[in-house]
Amino acid sequence: MNDLRELYQEVIFDHNRNPRNFGKLEAANRHAEGFNPLCGDELTLYMIVDKSGIIADIRFEGHGCAISKASASIMTETLKGKSVADAHAYFDSFHAMATGDDDIDTELPDAEKLEVLSGVRSYPARVKCATLAWHTARAAIDGGSDPVTTE
Amino acid sequence: MEANALTANAAAAQLDVERVRGEFPALHQQVHGKPLVYLDSAASAQKPSAVIEAVDHYYRHDHANVHRGVHALSERATNAYEGGREAARRFLNAESVSEIVFVRGATEGINLVAQSYGRPRLGVGDEVLITEMEHHSNIVPWQLLCEQTGATLKWVPIDDRGELLPDEYQRLLSDKTRIVAMTHVSNALGTIVPVHDMVVQAHAAGAVVVIDGAQAVPHVDVDVRAIDADFYTFSGHKVYGPTGIGILYGKHALLEAMPPYQGGGEMIKYVSLERTVYNDLPYKFEAGTPNIAGAVGLGAALQYVKGYGLDAIAGHEHRVLEYARQRAESTPGMKLIGTAAHKASILSFEIDGIHPHDIGTVLDHEGVAVRTGHHCAMPVMQHFGVPATARASLAMYNTQAEIDALFAGIDKVKEWFN
Repeated sequence: MNDLRELYQEVIFDHNRNPRNFGKLEAANRHAEGFNPLCGDELTLYMIVDKSGIIADIRFEGHGCAISKASASIMTETLKGKSVADAHAYFDSFHAMATGDDDIDTELPDAEKLEVLSGVRSYPARVKCATLAWHTARAAIDGGSDPVTTE
Repeated sequence: MEANALTANAAAAQLDVERVRGEFPALHQQVHGKPLVYLDSAASAQKPSAVIEAVDHYYRHDHANVHRGVHALSERATNAYEGGREAARRFLNAESVSEIVFVRGATEGINLVAQSYGRPRLGVGDEVLITEMEHHSNIVPWQLLCEQTGATLKWVPIDDRGELLPDEYQRLLSDKTRIVAMTHVSNALGTIVPVHDMVVQAHAAGAVVVIDGAQAVPHVDVDVRAIDADFYTFSGHKVYGPTGIGILYGKHALLEAMPPYQGGGEMIKYVSLERTVYNDLPYKFEAGTPNIAGAVGLGAALQYVKGYGLDAIAGHEHRVLEYARQRAESTPGMKLIGTAAHKASILSFEIDGIHPHDIGTVLDHEGVAVRTGHHCAMPVMQHFGVPATARASLAMYNTQAEIDALFAGIDKVKEWFN
Protein backbone atom coordinates (compact mmCIF):
# COMPACT_ATOMS: atom_id res chain seq x y z
CA MET A 1 0.00 0.00 0.00
CA ASN A 2 1.32 3.39 -0.98
CA ASP A 3 1.35 5.97 1.75
CA LEU A 4 -0.68 8.97 0.68
CA ARG A 5 1.73 11.13 2.64
CA GLU A 6 4.48 10.34 0.11
CA LEU A 7 2.34 11.94 -2.57
CA TYR A 8 0.89 14.80 -0.57
CA GLN A 9 3.84 16.14 1.37
CA GLU A 10 3.34 19.26 3.45
CA VAL A 11 5.39 21.28 0.99
CA ILE A 12 2.89 20.42 -1.72
CA PHE A 13 -0.03 21.63 0.37
CA ASP A 14 1.89 24.81 1.03
CA HIS A 15 2.53 25.50 -2.66
CA ASN A 16 -1.06 24.52 -3.50
CA ARG A 17 -2.44 27.03 -1.01
CA ASN A 18 0.09 29.75 -1.75
CA PRO A 19 1.49 29.22 -5.21
CA ARG A 20 4.68 31.20 -5.88
CA ASN A 21 5.10 33.29 -9.01
CA PHE A 22 1.38 33.02 -9.71
CA GLY A 23 -0.26 35.41 -12.16
CA LYS A 24 0.29 36.92 -15.53
CA LEU A 25 3.64 38.34 -16.57
CA GLU A 26 2.79 41.27 -18.80
CA ALA A 27 6.31 41.79 -20.14
CA ALA A 28 6.81 38.12 -21.06
CA ASN A 29 8.67 37.38 -24.27
CA ARG A 30 7.90 33.66 -24.13
CA HIS A 31 4.69 31.99 -23.18
CA ALA A 32 2.91 28.69 -23.71
CA GLU A 33 -0.35 27.05 -22.72
CA GLY A 34 -0.64 23.54 -21.40
CA PHE A 35 -3.67 21.30 -20.98
CA ASN A 36 -4.23 18.02 -19.30
CA PRO A 37 -7.31 16.75 -21.17
CA LEU A 38 -7.81 13.94 -18.69
CA CYS A 39 -8.55 16.20 -15.75
CA GLY A 40 -9.20 19.58 -17.32
CA ASP A 41 -6.07 21.23 -15.92
CA GLU A 42 -5.07 24.38 -17.77
CA LEU A 43 -1.87 26.27 -17.30
CA THR A 44 -0.33 29.30 -18.95
CA LEU A 45 3.35 29.88 -18.45
CA TYR A 46 5.10 33.21 -18.96
CA MET A 47 8.83 33.88 -19.15
CA ILE A 48 11.17 36.73 -19.70
CA VAL A 49 14.31 35.34 -21.29
CA ASP A 50 17.03 37.95 -21.44
CA LYS A 51 19.64 38.42 -24.14
CA SER A 52 22.09 36.11 -22.47
CA GLY A 53 19.55 33.29 -22.42
CA ILE A 54 18.76 33.56 -18.72
CA ILE A 55 15.18 33.13 -17.48
CA ALA A 56 15.00 36.49 -15.77
CA ASP A 57 11.40 36.01 -14.67
CA ILE A 58 8.84 33.26 -14.84
CA ARG A 59 5.20 33.13 -13.75
CA PHE A 60 2.19 30.92 -14.30
CA GLU A 61 -1.57 31.04 -14.05
CA GLY A 62 -4.37 28.54 -14.50
CA HIS A 63 -6.10 25.92 -12.48
CA GLY A 64 -5.37 22.36 -11.60
CA CYS A 65 -5.06 19.83 -8.84
CA ALA A 66 -2.74 20.21 -5.87
CA ILE A 67 -0.02 18.25 -7.59
CA SER A 68 -0.04 20.23 -10.82
CA LYS A 69 -0.25 23.58 -9.04
CA ALA A 70 2.52 22.73 -6.60
CA SER A 71 4.67 21.38 -9.38
CA ALA A 72 4.24 24.57 -11.41
CA SER A 73 4.98 26.69 -8.37
CA ILE A 74 8.13 24.80 -7.42
CA MET A 75 9.25 24.75 -11.03
CA THR A 76 9.07 28.53 -11.32
CA GLU A 77 11.16 28.88 -8.18
CA THR A 78 13.70 26.44 -9.56
CA LEU A 79 14.01 27.87 -13.06
CA LYS A 80 14.09 31.54 -12.20
CA GLY A 81 17.60 32.81 -12.91
CA LYS A 82 18.69 29.66 -14.72
CA SER A 83 19.67 29.55 -18.38
CA VAL A 84 17.35 28.07 -20.97
CA ALA A 85 20.01 25.46 -21.68
CA ASP A 86 19.96 24.44 -18.03
CA ALA A 87 16.17 24.39 -18.09
CA HIS A 88 16.32 21.47 -20.51
CA ALA A 89 18.52 19.55 -18.09
CA TYR A 90 16.04 20.21 -15.28
CA PHE A 91 13.20 19.08 -17.50
CA ASP A 92 14.97 15.82 -18.33
CA SER A 93 15.86 15.14 -14.73
CA PHE A 94 12.37 15.97 -13.45
CA HIS A 95 10.75 13.80 -16.10
CA ALA A 96 13.00 10.86 -15.26
CA MET A 97 12.16 11.26 -11.57
CA ALA A 98 8.40 11.54 -12.11
CA THR A 99 8.23 8.48 -14.30
CA GLY A 100 10.41 6.51 -11.91
CA ASP A 101 13.30 6.07 -14.34
CA ASP A 102 15.85 7.85 -12.22
CA ASP A 103 16.36 9.96 -9.13
CA ILE A 104 16.62 13.71 -9.42
CA ASP A 105 20.05 14.90 -10.48
CA THR A 106 21.19 16.61 -7.29
CA GLU A 107 24.20 18.10 -9.06
CA LEU A 108 21.79 20.57 -10.67
CA PRO A 109 21.59 23.59 -8.35
CA ASP A 110 18.35 23.70 -6.32
CA ALA A 111 17.14 20.46 -7.93
CA GLU A 112 16.72 18.74 -4.55
CA LYS A 113 13.58 20.84 -4.00
CA LEU A 114 11.95 18.96 -6.84
CA GLU A 115 12.22 15.69 -4.96
CA VAL A 116 9.09 16.54 -3.04
CA LEU A 117 7.15 15.54 -6.17
CA SER A 118 8.79 12.13 -6.51
CA GLY A 119 5.74 10.51 -4.88
CA VAL A 120 3.85 10.65 -8.16
CA ARG A 121 5.90 7.77 -9.50
CA SER A 122 3.69 5.46 -7.40
CA TYR A 123 0.57 7.00 -8.97
CA PRO A 124 0.69 6.52 -12.73
CA ALA A 125 -2.53 8.51 -13.20
CA ARG A 126 -0.95 11.50 -11.47
CA VAL A 127 2.40 11.66 -13.28
CA LYS A 128 0.90 13.93 -15.91
CA CYS A 129 -0.29 16.33 -13.24
CA ALA A 130 3.30 16.80 -12.10
CA THR A 131 4.82 17.05 -15.56
CA LEU A 132 2.29 19.44 -17.16
CA ALA A 133 4.11 22.57 -16.02
CA TRP A 134 7.42 21.20 -17.24
CA HIS A 135 6.10 20.28 -20.66
CA THR A 136 4.61 23.74 -20.91
CA ALA A 137 7.89 25.38 -19.87
CA ARG A 138 9.78 23.45 -22.50
CA ALA A 139 7.24 24.55 -25.12
CA ALA A 140 7.64 28.17 -24.03
CA ILE A 141 11.41 27.92 -24.32
CA ASP A 142 11.35 26.09 -27.63
CA GLY A 143 8.76 28.50 -28.98
CA GLY A 144 6.20 26.01 -30.18
CA SER A 145 2.92 27.67 -31.09
CA ASP A 146 0.57 24.73 -30.46
CA PRO A 147 -0.81 24.29 -26.96
CA VAL A 148 0.86 21.47 -25.07
CA THR A 149 -1.21 18.56 -23.92
CA THR A 150 -0.08 15.74 -21.72
CA GLU A 151 -1.99 13.17 -23.81
CA MET B 1 -45.16 6.44 -21.75
CA GLU B 2 -43.14 8.43 -19.31
CA ALA B 3 -39.76 6.77 -19.08
CA ASN B 4 -38.29 9.56 -17.05
CA ALA B 5 -40.32 9.38 -13.88
CA LEU B 6 -39.84 6.75 -11.28
CA THR B 7 -42.89 4.61 -11.72
CA ALA B 8 -45.09 3.44 -8.87
CA ASN B 9 -43.90 -0.08 -9.63
CA ALA B 10 -40.29 0.96 -9.24
CA ALA B 11 -40.93 2.72 -5.98
CA ALA B 12 -42.55 -0.40 -4.58
CA ALA B 13 -40.28 -3.06 -6.04
CA GLN B 14 -37.53 -4.48 -3.88
CA LEU B 15 -34.16 -5.68 -5.00
CA ASP B 16 -32.23 -8.31 -3.07
CA VAL B 17 -29.01 -6.34 -3.26
CA GLU B 18 -26.98 -8.77 -1.15
CA ARG B 19 -27.84 -11.52 -3.59
CA VAL B 20 -26.94 -9.22 -6.49
CA ARG B 21 -23.58 -8.39 -4.90
CA GLY B 22 -22.84 -12.08 -4.50
CA GLU B 23 -23.14 -12.45 -8.24
CA PHE B 24 -20.42 -9.89 -9.06
CA PRO B 25 -17.02 -11.43 -8.27
CA ALA B 26 -14.99 -8.25 -8.82
CA LEU B 27 -16.80 -6.44 -6.02
CA HIS B 28 -15.28 -8.73 -3.43
CA GLN B 29 -11.74 -7.44 -3.19
CA GLN B 30 -9.68 -5.00 -1.24
CA VAL B 31 -8.05 -1.89 -2.67
CA HIS B 32 -5.27 -0.25 -0.65
CA GLY B 33 -6.29 -2.54 2.19
CA LYS B 34 -9.92 -1.37 2.20
CA PRO B 35 -13.00 -3.12 0.84
CA LEU B 36 -13.65 -1.95 -2.71
CA VAL B 37 -16.53 0.51 -3.04
CA TYR B 38 -17.10 0.70 -6.77
CA LEU B 39 -18.89 3.92 -7.66
CA ASP B 40 -17.76 4.26 -11.26
CA SER B 41 -20.33 2.19 -13.09
CA ALA B 42 -21.28 5.07 -15.39
CA ALA B 43 -17.80 4.71 -16.85
CA SER B 44 -18.06 0.93 -16.95
CA ALA B 45 -20.06 -1.52 -14.88
CA GLN B 46 -18.69 -4.68 -13.28
CA LYS B 47 -19.78 -8.05 -14.65
CA PRO B 48 -21.95 -10.70 -13.04
CA SER B 49 -20.88 -14.33 -13.14
CA ALA B 50 -23.70 -15.01 -15.60
CA VAL B 51 -21.91 -12.85 -18.18
CA ILE B 52 -18.41 -14.08 -17.40
CA GLU B 53 -19.57 -17.69 -17.60
CA ALA B 54 -21.52 -17.17 -20.84
CA VAL B 55 -18.41 -15.81 -22.54
CA ASP B 56 -16.26 -18.53 -20.99
CA HIS B 57 -18.67 -21.25 -22.08
CA TYR B 58 -18.85 -19.87 -25.59
CA TYR B 59 -15.06 -19.91 -26.01
CA ARG B 60 -14.66 -23.31 -24.37
CA HIS B 61 -17.33 -25.09 -26.39
CA ASP B 62 -18.99 -23.22 -29.22
CA HIS B 63 -16.60 -20.89 -30.97
CA ALA B 64 -16.43 -20.81 -34.76
CA ASN B 65 -17.23 -18.14 -37.31
CA VAL B 66 -20.88 -17.23 -37.73
CA HIS B 67 -23.18 -17.51 -40.74
CA ARG B 68 -20.52 -19.48 -42.62
CA GLY B 69 -19.89 -23.09 -41.93
CA VAL B 70 -22.24 -26.02 -42.24
CA HIS B 71 -20.51 -27.63 -39.30
CA ALA B 72 -21.84 -27.99 -35.79
CA LEU B 73 -19.67 -25.38 -34.10
CA SER B 74 -20.50 -22.72 -36.66
CA GLU B 75 -24.18 -23.41 -36.15
CA ARG B 76 -23.80 -23.19 -32.40
CA ALA B 77 -21.80 -19.96 -32.68
CA THR B 78 -24.41 -18.52 -35.02
CA ASN B 79 -27.20 -19.49 -32.64
CA ALA B 80 -25.36 -17.98 -29.69
CA TYR B 81 -24.67 -14.76 -31.60
CA GLU B 82 -28.23 -14.45 -32.84
CA GLY B 83 -29.44 -15.28 -29.34
CA GLY B 84 -27.71 -12.12 -28.20
CA ARG B 85 -29.54 -10.17 -30.86
CA GLU B 86 -32.89 -11.59 -29.83
CA ALA B 87 -32.12 -10.72 -26.19
CA ALA B 88 -31.43 -7.13 -27.28
CA ARG B 89 -34.64 -7.03 -29.30
CA ARG B 90 -36.65 -8.13 -26.28
CA PHE B 91 -34.77 -5.77 -24.01
CA LEU B 92 -35.64 -2.76 -26.17
CA ASN B 93 -39.04 -4.13 -27.23
CA ALA B 94 -38.11 -3.70 -30.88
CA GLU B 95 -40.45 -5.23 -33.39
CA SER B 96 -37.91 -7.29 -35.29
CA VAL B 97 -34.34 -8.55 -34.95
CA SER B 98 -33.73 -7.00 -38.37
CA GLU B 99 -33.74 -3.66 -36.53
CA ILE B 100 -30.99 -4.71 -34.11
CA VAL B 101 -27.47 -4.02 -35.40
CA PHE B 102 -24.43 -5.09 -33.41
CA VAL B 103 -21.89 -2.28 -33.12
CA ARG B 104 -18.82 -1.72 -30.93
CA GLY B 105 -20.73 0.57 -28.63
CA ALA B 106 -22.89 3.67 -28.56
CA THR B 107 -20.08 5.70 -30.11
CA GLU B 108 -20.07 3.53 -33.19
CA GLY B 109 -23.86 3.48 -33.27
CA ILE B 110 -23.98 7.27 -33.44
CA ASN B 111 -21.20 7.47 -36.01
CA LEU B 112 -23.02 4.89 -38.12
CA VAL B 113 -26.21 6.95 -38.14
CA ALA B 114 -24.33 10.20 -38.81
CA GLN B 115 -22.43 8.77 -41.75
CA SER B 116 -24.91 6.34 -43.22
CA TYR B 117 -28.18 8.16 -42.58
CA GLY B 118 -26.99 11.76 -42.35
CA ARG B 119 -24.21 12.16 -44.85
CA PRO B 120 -26.13 11.28 -48.03
CA ARG B 121 -29.14 13.35 -46.98
CA LEU B 122 -27.91 16.54 -45.40
CA GLY B 123 -26.65 19.67 -47.07
CA VAL B 124 -26.31 23.40 -46.67
CA GLY B 125 -29.33 24.87 -44.91
CA ASP B 126 -30.10 21.69 -42.99
CA GLU B 127 -29.69 21.55 -39.23
CA VAL B 128 -28.69 18.93 -36.70
CA LEU B 129 -29.98 19.61 -33.21
CA ILE B 130 -28.21 18.19 -30.17
CA THR B 131 -28.22 19.25 -26.52
CA GLU B 132 -25.74 21.01 -24.30
CA MET B 133 -25.36 17.97 -22.07
CA GLU B 134 -24.23 15.40 -24.59
CA HIS B 135 -21.25 13.13 -24.16
CA HIS B 136 -18.54 13.93 -26.70
CA SER B 137 -19.61 10.83 -28.60
CA ASN B 138 -22.92 12.54 -29.37
CA ILE B 139 -21.28 15.84 -30.33
CA VAL B 140 -18.21 15.11 -32.41
CA PRO B 141 -19.87 12.76 -34.97
CA TRP B 142 -22.39 15.53 -35.69
CA GLN B 143 -19.67 18.16 -35.96
CA LEU B 144 -17.93 15.92 -38.49
CA LEU B 145 -21.18 15.41 -40.38
CA CYS B 146 -21.79 19.15 -40.49
CA GLU B 147 -18.27 19.77 -41.77
CA GLN B 148 -18.79 17.18 -44.47
CA THR B 149 -22.21 18.34 -45.61
CA GLY B 150 -22.36 22.04 -44.85
CA ALA B 151 -25.23 21.49 -42.42
CA THR B 152 -25.42 23.55 -39.22
CA LEU B 153 -25.14 22.19 -35.69
CA LYS B 154 -27.40 23.67 -33.02
CA TRP B 155 -27.89 22.72 -29.41
CA VAL B 156 -30.61 22.91 -26.79
CA PRO B 157 -29.33 24.70 -23.70
CA ILE B 158 -29.68 23.43 -20.14
CA ASP B 159 -30.55 25.30 -16.98
CA ASP B 160 -28.54 25.35 -13.77
CA ARG B 161 -30.17 22.19 -12.49
CA GLY B 162 -29.09 20.36 -15.62
CA GLU B 163 -32.50 20.18 -17.28
CA LEU B 164 -33.12 20.93 -20.92
CA LEU B 165 -35.10 24.08 -21.59
CA PRO B 166 -38.30 22.88 -23.31
CA ASP B 167 -39.17 26.29 -24.76
CA GLU B 168 -35.73 26.55 -26.30
CA TYR B 169 -36.12 23.09 -27.77
CA GLN B 170 -39.42 24.05 -29.34
CA ARG B 171 -37.91 27.29 -30.65
CA LEU B 172 -34.89 25.55 -32.18
CA LEU B 173 -36.94 22.90 -33.96
CA SER B 174 -37.93 23.89 -37.48
CA ASP B 175 -38.41 22.43 -40.91
CA LYS B 176 -34.64 22.82 -41.31
CA THR B 177 -34.05 20.33 -38.49
CA ARG B 178 -33.23 17.02 -40.11
CA ILE B 179 -31.77 15.13 -37.16
CA VAL B 180 -32.26 15.49 -33.41
CA ALA B 181 -29.61 13.66 -31.39
CA MET B 182 -29.93 13.53 -27.63
CA THR B 183 -28.97 11.56 -24.61
CA HIS B 184 -31.58 9.64 -22.66
CA VAL B 185 -29.68 10.02 -19.39
CA SER B 186 -26.83 12.52 -18.99
CA ASN B 187 -23.55 10.84 -18.05
CA ALA B 188 -22.20 13.92 -16.27
CA LEU B 189 -25.38 15.09 -14.52
CA GLY B 190 -27.70 12.10 -14.30
CA THR B 191 -30.63 14.03 -15.78
CA ILE B 192 -33.30 11.76 -17.26
CA VAL B 193 -34.49 13.41 -20.45
CA PRO B 194 -38.21 13.25 -21.33
CA VAL B 195 -37.34 11.61 -24.63
CA HIS B 196 -40.84 10.58 -25.64
CA ASP B 197 -42.21 14.12 -25.52
CA MET B 198 -39.17 15.39 -27.38
CA VAL B 199 -39.52 12.71 -30.06
CA VAL B 200 -43.13 13.73 -30.64
CA GLN B 201 -42.07 17.35 -31.16
CA ALA B 202 -39.14 16.37 -33.40
CA HIS B 203 -41.38 14.22 -35.56
CA ALA B 204 -43.87 17.05 -35.85
CA ALA B 205 -41.01 19.13 -37.26
CA GLY B 206 -40.10 16.34 -39.66
CA ALA B 207 -36.81 15.33 -38.02
CA VAL B 208 -35.57 11.87 -37.19
CA VAL B 209 -34.36 11.25 -33.65
CA VAL B 210 -31.21 9.47 -32.51
CA ILE B 211 -31.11 8.63 -28.82
CA ASP B 212 -27.89 7.87 -26.96
CA GLY B 213 -29.04 5.33 -24.40
CA ALA B 214 -25.62 4.42 -23.02
CA GLN B 215 -26.41 5.74 -19.53
CA ALA B 216 -30.10 4.89 -19.66
CA VAL B 217 -30.32 1.16 -20.29
CA PRO B 218 -28.90 0.09 -16.91
CA HIS B 219 -31.38 2.31 -15.06
CA VAL B 220 -34.50 2.98 -17.13
CA ASP B 221 -36.95 0.55 -18.72
CA VAL B 222 -36.50 1.37 -22.40
CA ASP B 223 -39.20 0.60 -24.94
CA VAL B 224 -38.12 1.94 -28.32
CA ARG B 225 -41.60 1.60 -29.77
CA ALA B 226 -43.25 3.46 -26.90
CA ILE B 227 -40.60 6.20 -27.19
CA ASP B 228 -41.03 6.06 -30.98
CA ALA B 229 -37.26 6.47 -31.36
CA ASP B 230 -35.97 6.34 -34.90
CA PHE B 231 -32.55 5.23 -33.69
CA TYR B 232 -31.52 4.15 -30.20
CA THR B 233 -28.02 3.03 -29.30
CA PHE B 234 -26.21 1.76 -26.22
CA SER B 235 -22.96 0.13 -25.11
CA GLY B 236 -22.90 -3.34 -23.61
CA HIS B 237 -20.27 -2.67 -20.98
CA LYS B 238 -22.36 -0.10 -19.10
CA VAL B 239 -25.17 -2.59 -18.68
CA TYR B 240 -22.98 -5.35 -17.17
CA GLY B 241 -21.94 -6.81 -20.53
CA PRO B 242 -18.54 -7.01 -22.21
CA THR B 243 -16.68 -4.06 -23.73
CA GLY B 244 -16.49 -3.71 -27.49
CA ILE B 245 -20.11 -4.64 -28.13
CA GLY B 246 -23.22 -2.52 -28.30
CA ILE B 247 -26.52 -2.17 -30.05
CA LEU B 248 -27.90 0.19 -32.62
CA TYR B 249 -31.65 -0.05 -32.98
CA GLY B 250 -33.10 1.58 -36.09
CA LYS B 251 -36.55 1.54 -37.55
CA HIS B 252 -36.62 -0.97 -40.37
CA ALA B 253 -37.61 1.46 -43.11
CA LEU B 254 -34.82 3.87 -42.16
CA LEU B 255 -32.14 1.19 -41.98
CA GLU B 256 -33.38 -0.30 -45.25
CA ALA B 257 -32.93 3.01 -47.05
CA MET B 258 -29.41 3.61 -45.73
CA PRO B 259 -26.21 2.59 -47.51
CA PRO B 260 -23.82 0.29 -45.63
CA TYR B 261 -21.49 1.87 -43.09
CA GLN B 262 -18.52 -0.35 -43.88
CA GLY B 263 -17.86 -2.79 -46.67
CA GLY B 264 -16.51 -6.29 -46.27
CA GLY B 265 -17.52 -9.85 -45.71
CA GLU B 266 -20.76 -10.73 -43.95
CA MET B 267 -22.57 -7.63 -45.23
CA ILE B 268 -22.95 -8.97 -48.79
CA LYS B 269 -25.14 -11.38 -50.69
CA TYR B 270 -23.18 -11.38 -53.89
CA VAL B 271 -19.92 -9.81 -54.98
CA SER B 272 -18.35 -9.61 -58.40
CA LEU B 273 -15.56 -7.26 -59.34
CA GLU B 274 -18.12 -4.94 -60.87
CA ARG B 275 -20.84 -4.85 -58.27
CA THR B 276 -22.10 -6.04 -54.92
CA VAL B 277 -25.55 -6.95 -53.69
CA TYR B 278 -25.79 -6.05 -50.04
CA ASN B 279 -27.07 -8.43 -47.45
CA ASP B 280 -30.43 -8.08 -45.74
CA LEU B 281 -30.88 -6.21 -42.49
CA PRO B 282 -29.27 -6.19 -40.04
CA TYR B 283 -26.26 -7.89 -41.68
CA LYS B 284 -25.85 -5.08 -44.18
CA PHE B 285 -24.34 -3.09 -41.29
CA GLU B 286 -22.15 -5.86 -39.89
CA ALA B 287 -19.13 -6.06 -42.16
CA GLY B 288 -16.43 -8.51 -41.10
CA THR B 289 -16.37 -11.21 -38.49
CA PRO B 290 -18.26 -9.70 -35.58
CA ASN B 291 -17.58 -9.68 -31.85
CA ILE B 292 -19.37 -12.98 -31.34
CA ALA B 293 -18.35 -13.54 -27.73
CA GLY B 294 -19.30 -9.96 -26.99
CA ALA B 295 -22.77 -10.54 -28.38
CA VAL B 296 -23.09 -13.69 -26.29
CA GLY B 297 -22.01 -11.83 -23.17
CA LEU B 298 -24.30 -8.92 -23.92
CA GLY B 299 -27.23 -11.26 -24.35
CA ALA B 300 -26.46 -12.80 -20.97
CA ALA B 301 -26.19 -9.34 -19.39
CA LEU B 302 -29.52 -8.17 -20.76
CA GLN B 303 -31.21 -11.35 -19.58
CA TYR B 304 -29.60 -10.87 -16.19
CA VAL B 305 -30.96 -7.34 -15.90
CA LYS B 306 -34.39 -8.36 -17.14
CA GLY B 307 -34.38 -11.17 -14.60
CA TYR B 308 -34.32 -8.67 -11.74
CA GLY B 309 -36.42 -6.18 -13.66
CA LEU B 310 -35.72 -2.52 -14.35
CA ASP B 311 -38.47 -1.50 -11.94
CA ALA B 312 -36.75 -3.19 -9.02
CA ILE B 313 -33.32 -1.97 -10.10
CA ALA B 314 -34.44 1.62 -10.66
CA GLY B 315 -36.31 1.66 -7.35
CA HIS B 316 -33.27 0.43 -5.45
CA GLU B 317 -30.86 2.80 -7.19
CA HIS B 318 -33.22 5.71 -6.67
CA ARG B 319 -33.31 5.10 -2.92
CA VAL B 320 -29.53 4.91 -2.72
CA LEU B 321 -29.12 8.03 -4.88
CA GLU B 322 -31.64 9.92 -2.78
CA TYR B 323 -29.77 8.92 0.37
CA ALA B 324 -26.52 10.14 -1.21
CA ARG B 325 -28.15 13.43 -2.21
CA GLN B 326 -29.36 14.04 1.32
CA ARG B 327 -25.94 13.29 2.74
CA ALA B 328 -24.34 15.61 0.19
CA GLU B 329 -26.68 18.43 1.09
CA SER B 330 -25.75 18.17 4.74
CA THR B 331 -22.01 18.10 3.97
CA PRO B 332 -20.46 21.58 4.32
CA GLY B 333 -18.44 22.69 1.30
CA MET B 334 -19.94 20.08 -0.98
CA LYS B 335 -21.83 21.21 -4.04
CA LEU B 336 -23.80 18.94 -6.35
CA ILE B 337 -23.58 19.55 -10.09
CA GLY B 338 -26.80 18.30 -11.66
CA THR B 339 -29.92 18.57 -9.54
CA ALA B 340 -32.64 17.75 -12.06
CA ALA B 341 -35.99 16.59 -10.73
CA HIS B 342 -35.65 13.25 -12.52
CA LYS B 343 -32.22 11.71 -12.18
CA ALA B 344 -30.59 8.33 -12.40
CA SER B 345 -27.37 6.98 -10.92
CA ILE B 346 -25.16 10.07 -11.01
CA LEU B 347 -23.82 12.14 -8.12
CA SER B 348 -21.48 14.73 -9.63
CA PHE B 349 -19.93 17.05 -7.08
CA GLU B 350 -17.36 19.60 -6.12
CA ILE B 351 -15.76 20.25 -2.76
CA ASP B 352 -14.75 23.83 -2.02
CA GLY B 353 -11.12 24.48 -2.79
CA ILE B 354 -10.21 20.88 -3.54
CA HIS B 355 -9.56 19.74 -7.07
CA PRO B 356 -11.52 16.65 -8.16
CA HIS B 357 -8.32 14.85 -9.04
CA ASP B 358 -7.10 15.15 -5.48
CA ILE B 359 -10.50 13.99 -4.23
CA GLY B 360 -10.24 10.95 -6.48
CA THR B 361 -6.79 9.97 -5.27
CA VAL B 362 -7.67 10.26 -1.58
CA LEU B 363 -10.93 8.34 -2.09
CA ASP B 364 -9.04 5.64 -3.94
CA HIS B 365 -6.89 5.23 -0.86
CA GLU B 366 -10.09 4.57 1.07
CA GLY B 367 -11.07 1.90 -1.44
CA VAL B 368 -13.68 4.15 -3.05
CA ALA B 369 -13.55 4.29 -6.85
CA VAL B 370 -15.04 7.44 -8.39
CA ARG B 371 -14.47 9.16 -11.70
CA THR B 372 -12.85 12.56 -11.77
CA GLY B 373 -12.52 14.85 -14.74
CA HIS B 374 -14.77 16.27 -17.41
CA HIS B 375 -16.59 12.98 -18.03
CA CYS B 376 -16.26 13.43 -21.80
CA ALA B 377 -18.81 16.20 -21.51
CA MET B 378 -16.69 19.35 -21.63
CA PRO B 379 -19.62 21.60 -22.70
CA VAL B 380 -21.41 20.59 -19.49
CA MET B 381 -18.34 21.57 -17.47
CA GLN B 382 -18.23 24.87 -19.35
CA HIS B 383 -21.90 25.50 -18.55
CA PHE B 384 -21.27 25.08 -14.86
CA GLY B 385 -17.97 26.95 -15.01
CA VAL B 386 -15.90 24.10 -13.62
CA PRO B 387 -12.96 22.33 -15.25
CA ALA B 388 -13.94 19.01 -13.80
CA THR B 389 -16.06 17.30 -11.18
CA ALA B 390 -15.83 14.19 -9.06
CA ARG B 391 -18.57 11.74 -9.95
CA ALA B 392 -19.93 8.82 -8.00
CA SER B 393 -22.22 6.68 -10.13
CA LEU B 394 -24.48 3.91 -8.95
CA ALA B 395 -25.36 0.50 -10.28
CA MET B 396 -27.75 -2.17 -9.09
CA TYR B 397 -25.09 -3.57 -6.73
CA ASN B 398 -24.43 -0.42 -4.72
CA THR B 399 -25.70 0.06 -1.18
CA GLN B 400 -26.35 2.80 1.35
CA ALA B 401 -23.42 1.42 3.35
CA GLU B 402 -21.20 2.20 0.37
CA ILE B 403 -22.54 5.74 0.30
CA ASP B 404 -21.52 5.96 3.95
CA ALA B 405 -18.04 4.81 2.91
CA LEU B 406 -17.99 7.50 0.23
CA PHE B 407 -18.84 10.20 2.74
CA ALA B 408 -16.34 8.87 5.26
CA GLY B 409 -13.82 9.19 2.43
CA ILE B 410 -14.97 12.73 1.71
CA ASP B 411 -14.40 13.58 5.37
CA LYS B 412 -10.84 12.26 4.93
CA VAL B 413 -10.40 14.39 1.82
CA LYS B 414 -11.44 17.46 3.77
CA GLU B 415 -9.12 16.54 6.64
CA TRP B 416 -6.22 16.26 4.25
CA PHE B 417 -6.82 19.45 2.38
CA ASN B 418 -8.27 21.85 4.93
